[in-house]
Amino acid sequence: MKMIIAIIQPDKLDEVREALIAADITRITVDRVTGHGREEDVELFRGQRVTPNLLSKVEIKIACNDEFEDIIVKTIMNAARHSEGNVGDGKIFVLPLEKCYRIRTGESGGNAI
Amino acid sequence: MQIDSGTTAWMLISTGLVLLMIPGLAMFYGGLVRTKNVIGTMMHSFVTLAVIGVLWVAVGYSLAFGPNVAGGLIGWNWDYFFLKGIDESIVNGVPEYVIAMFQGKFAIITPALISGAIAERVTFRGYLIFITLWFISVYCPLAHWIWATDGWLYLSGPKGVIDLAGGLVIHVSAGTSALVAAIFLGKRYGFPHNTMNPNNLVMTLMGAGLLWVGWFGFNAGSTVSSGMDAARALTMTQVSASAGALMWMLIEYIKFKKFTSLGFVSGILAGLVVITPAAGVVQPIGAIILGCLSSLICFYALELKNKLGYDDSLDCFGIHGVGSGFGVLALSFLIRDSWLKDASKINGSNWSNTDQFLIQLKGMGTTILLAGVATYIICLLVEKTVGFRLTKSEELAGLDHTEHSETGYGLINLN
Repeated sequence: MKMIIAIIQPDKLDEVREALIAADITRITVDRVTGHGREEDVELFRGQRVTPNLLSKVEIKIACNDEFEDIIVKTIMNAARHSEGNVGDGKIFVLPLEKCYRIRTGESGGNAI
Repeated sequence: MQIDSGTTAWMLISTGLVLLMIPGLAMFYGGLVRTKNVIGTMMHSFVTLAVIGVLWVAVGYSLAFGPNVAGGLIGWNWDYFFLKGIDESIVNGVPEYVIAMFQGKFAIITPALISGAIAERVTFRGYLIFITLWFISVYCPLAHWIWATDGWLYLSGPKGVIDLAGGLVIHVSAGTSALVAAIFLGKRYGFPHNTMNPNNLVMTLMGAGLLWVGWFGFNAGSTVSSGMDAARALTMTQVSASAGALMWMLIEYIKFKKFTSLGFVSGILAGLVVITPAAGVVQPIGAIILGCLSSLICFYALELKNKLGYDDSLDCFGIHGVGSGFGVLALSFLIRDSWLKDASKINGSNWSNTDQFLIQLKGMGTTILLAGVATYIICLLVEKTVGFRLTKSEELAGLDHTEHSETGYGLINLN
């Protein structure tokens, strides 16, 4: 089992979500997060340009069985990439997932995902 | 001429009350959009204070309330140009500055209403050009025809088209334009299969409350008196809004077994817009009937919208256009007897409810025609020049980031 964590631009959330649904991946968790990357953003405050300390991103977490890893990563990568080619489109991390339980039934392992 | 301090005092307060409706509308609309568009949407309301606020003084008051020029198509009076000739002027006991400022607030709120239909998907520069052109070519002519004492609709029938505070000039015109602009621009990306949840219903509720308070100045102030007429208009406004809210609550309970707060405030608005043209001529039972029927009709208009699939995002047409349009016509059959007697006397022969209905119908047809055609041309013009609709990626990023480089709620993300 794998845990896939993708950090993407907030404006790409709808497209990524729709692409995942189209690829039959419907069980996801979404969070607002902030952080540092190589990207810089500019906001305006009373006529001054300011660089926010932390930038807003969206984090998507998906737990899956091994055979789905490729399709999920590919789908997110295609949908979350901006055409302009600027830095800041985000990252995808894939982690080994040790255990998984479904609370309602007490099932565990691959069946519980 | 002596100043009537009682009327003047009430008109000063009314001017302030109508001004209060702008932040009210900004909060009402602002709460209904998604988080990424809250600043942009509130700015759509606030910016009319700047754009129309200046245009009104420069040319608006003259175009709307100057004497007929161009065969009555519009008004003009050089004394009203930048209000330079009214420094000493008193009209019916009220300094003309007060009248001009009071009327100006109506001109300010009307384009802001349209912003609800085109929410979450237009460029700010396009919106600025849109409201400027719309104000000159739709609002000013309509206000002149219906409210100026030499306007051709004001002079239709013995006592003119009945439109106390702008059922036609404001709500039907904004509603019709809203529908045309919403269809012209097309749907927001993801509509209707993605839900577009309100970011802050608490703010929407407070906004609706401020609108209700402001509406007392809107309707009771429009009588330009502080006597019997103002008392009547204020009472009918209160009664109709309450009835509208009650009715919407009941409809939702019967259909869904729930009482939603958004339904409740929609009912308030349905009650307020329907009584806007009618507050001067109906009595409390008539106001209750209008408020209840308005909620019923608006509720089904919104259902129909969902079936037809056009994206009038915050239901400007569905509530302002439909509710107030219904009021403009239905009021004909709820007019108090003394008004009809008076009309018959001026007319020389009996003036019936049906006679007035035909006059109301004429006003409505004219309003819909002008607002519809002009809005379509303006939309086309704006889209072809500075651009009206945002690109897909700009729209997905949200107005706040794309157009304003700001965020509405700092608390949502650590920074």
